[in-house]
Amino acid sequence: MRISPTKFISLLFLVLSVFYLYTAYNIQVFAFDENAPFNAKTFPIYLGWVGIILSSLKIILPEKVTTEVNHKHLDYKSIIYLIIISLIYAALILKIGYFISTSLFLFASYYFLGERRWGLMFILSFPFVAAFMYLLHGLLNIYLRDPFLKYIGVMG
Amino acid sequence: MIEGILIGLSTALSLTNILMVMVGCFAGTIIGMLPGLGPMTAIALMIPITYGFDPSTGLILMAGVYYGAVFGGSTSSILLNAPGIPGTVATAFDGYPMAQQGKAGKALAIAAYSSFAGGTISAIFLLVAAPSLSKVSLAFRSPDYFALMILGLTAISAFSSKGQFLKAMMMVVLGLMLATVGQDSLSDITRFTFNNMNLTDGISFVLIVMATFAMSEALTIIFRGKDPNRAAKQISLTELGSIKVNKEETIKMAKTIPRSSILGFLIGVLPGAGATIASFLAYGMERNYVNEEEKQKFGKGSVHGLSAPETANNAACSGSFVPLLTLGIPGSGTTAVMLGALLGFGIQPGPRLYQTNPEIFWSVIMSMYIGMVVLLILNLPLIPYIARILAVPRNYLIPLILFFSVTGIYLMSFNNFDIFLMIGIAVVATFLRLYDFPMPPLILAFVLGGLMEETLRRSLLISDGSPNFLWDRPITLIILLITITIVGWQIFSTFRKKS
Repeated sequence: MRISPTKFISLLFLVLSVFYLYTAYNIQVFAFDENAPFNAKTFPIYLGWVGIILSSLKIILPEKVTTEVNHKHLDYKSIIYLIIISLIYAALILKIGYFISTSLFLFASYYFLGERRWGLMFILSFPFVAAFMYLLHGLLNIYLRDPFLKYIGVMG
Repeated sequence: MIEGILIGLSTALSLTNILMVMVGCFAGTIIGMLPGLGPMTAIALMIPITYGFDPSTGLILMAGVYYGAVFGGSTSSILLNAPGIPGTVATAFDGYPMAQQGKAGKALAIAAYSSFAGGTISAIFLLVAAPSLSKVSLAFRSPDYFALMILGLTAISAFSSKGQFLKAMMMVVLGLMLATVGQDSLSDITRFTFNNMNLTDGISFVLIVMATFAMSEALTIIFRGKDPNRAAKQISLTELGSIKVNKEETIKMAKTIPRSSILGFLIGVLPGAGATIASFLAYGMERNYVNEEEKQKFGKGSVHGLSAPETANNAACSGSFVPLLTLGIPGSGTTAVMLGALLGFGIQPGPRLYQTNPEIFWSVIMSMYIGMVVLLILNLPLIPYIARILAVPRNYLIPLILFFSVTGIYLMSFNNFDIFLMIGIAVVATFLRLYDFPMPPLILAFVLGGLMEETLRRSLLISDGSPNFLWDRPITLIILLITITIVGWQIFSTFRKKS
């Protein structure tokens, strides 16, 4: 038997709702609040039940409008590359600072999306990020933490 | 009211704020023009930039972006038959055929004049309706607010989900679940944090918007192999033609604009309805109004057919501000983003905003007029040049959207946990979008989550835990009955389709 992707997502949502409801029942409230008409777990409990009912209905009821997705037209390779680059960017941003990590992220993203005009790629990464940082930090007075630039004395 | 208008004018007409409206309209037009990127993405990308501004200036910038994005969406509909947002789909019905006949400039001008007229007329309605409604809404109690929020969430699920009501309702529940993460506002008990300190303050609204819209839009464009500049190459080869509108066309527009404005405004005020429904209804209504000869022209470049949806979608944009400014309850995804931004500035919109922060209330309304004028006198003549933005290859466009999203989050917290969380939510949202799970209901639910819990808490405490509060007051009961009608209608239409 083939389960449609929509029903599979609904099943995942049902699991999430059950887990949410279980966690909601286990929220530790103050002893004096335990029997109050409303405490910290009342709303989450309602939500958990509504989630279970809605996802169950979606699984049980027949689908009137089916969503067809042609997986051959989906570019899995590019999206996986982009997600990995974004994760590396997130991991490095605190270690090597905003300026270098962001510039490298942009440069790598252009490259993995198939761009090969090196000059333009460079301009739209390093000088672009520098200009953006100047706009935020210098003109709009929005503080942008960058330990590296602080270390080399560019930022105060 | 005159005093309020003057306060609004003096704030909105300051040099900084005029500049912000211009920048907002310009940036909004550019972003809104790119297929796939709508007003919500445009506003979300602007949020980090508004951190350094005072609330009025920030809101004025976002209002400018909103109008600019709607206008930009019309441009790509007319030139490429690729609507940037659902609200401008109906514009393409007659705008694109007109452009194909070598009258693209004229089509853009008709769209711009209609947008201007629709937006201006409905801003006048807003000017009159908002203060009166603010006074009425002071009579609202917690149970009424709770019922109203349920109505808003049900309505947005019913109207924004292409007949997939259950999917939209599941997104509402997911949004509410995400809103419960972090400390409970009354008891300070932490919920759903799994001992992670980064979640103690809850998930940031900007993070959710950036993840489900800006970042997820960018990933979807890549994932689906969409190329926003595919048709842009055609534009550079196409002559846009004159932007002058003749007398006959002006008369046709003059007939269409008033009725479409009224319809658009009323639809915009309704929670969940908004620009898309307004534009389709106005198109349908106009087709019924015109004579047989004009009716035949619909779909082939009719002035009425282009003017009606353009007028209505802009009128609906102004209309959607009514519930936001008067009740503090956004009626659409876009105004939900604006509510989140307002809360970020420490301002709680609602009936008291009119009294506590009149400069914000009035300056937003006044900035709408200024935004309309800016769009007409600045953007329209520049359209042939702005349209070139569509030639930016997605290889550059997508990384830049990701960059703005990540920067927005990094500016808020300076930690990378939020960036990881945003990437995770964006990936999930991308897959959910692929299977038509709509995101606006999730955003609206996330924004309203805290307020909804608060009003439910008060209502239950007042009624000593009994659900009687739902039908004790006539207002609550009426709102509840409307909600039940909407749900009933959804069930009925499902069975009708089946039969």
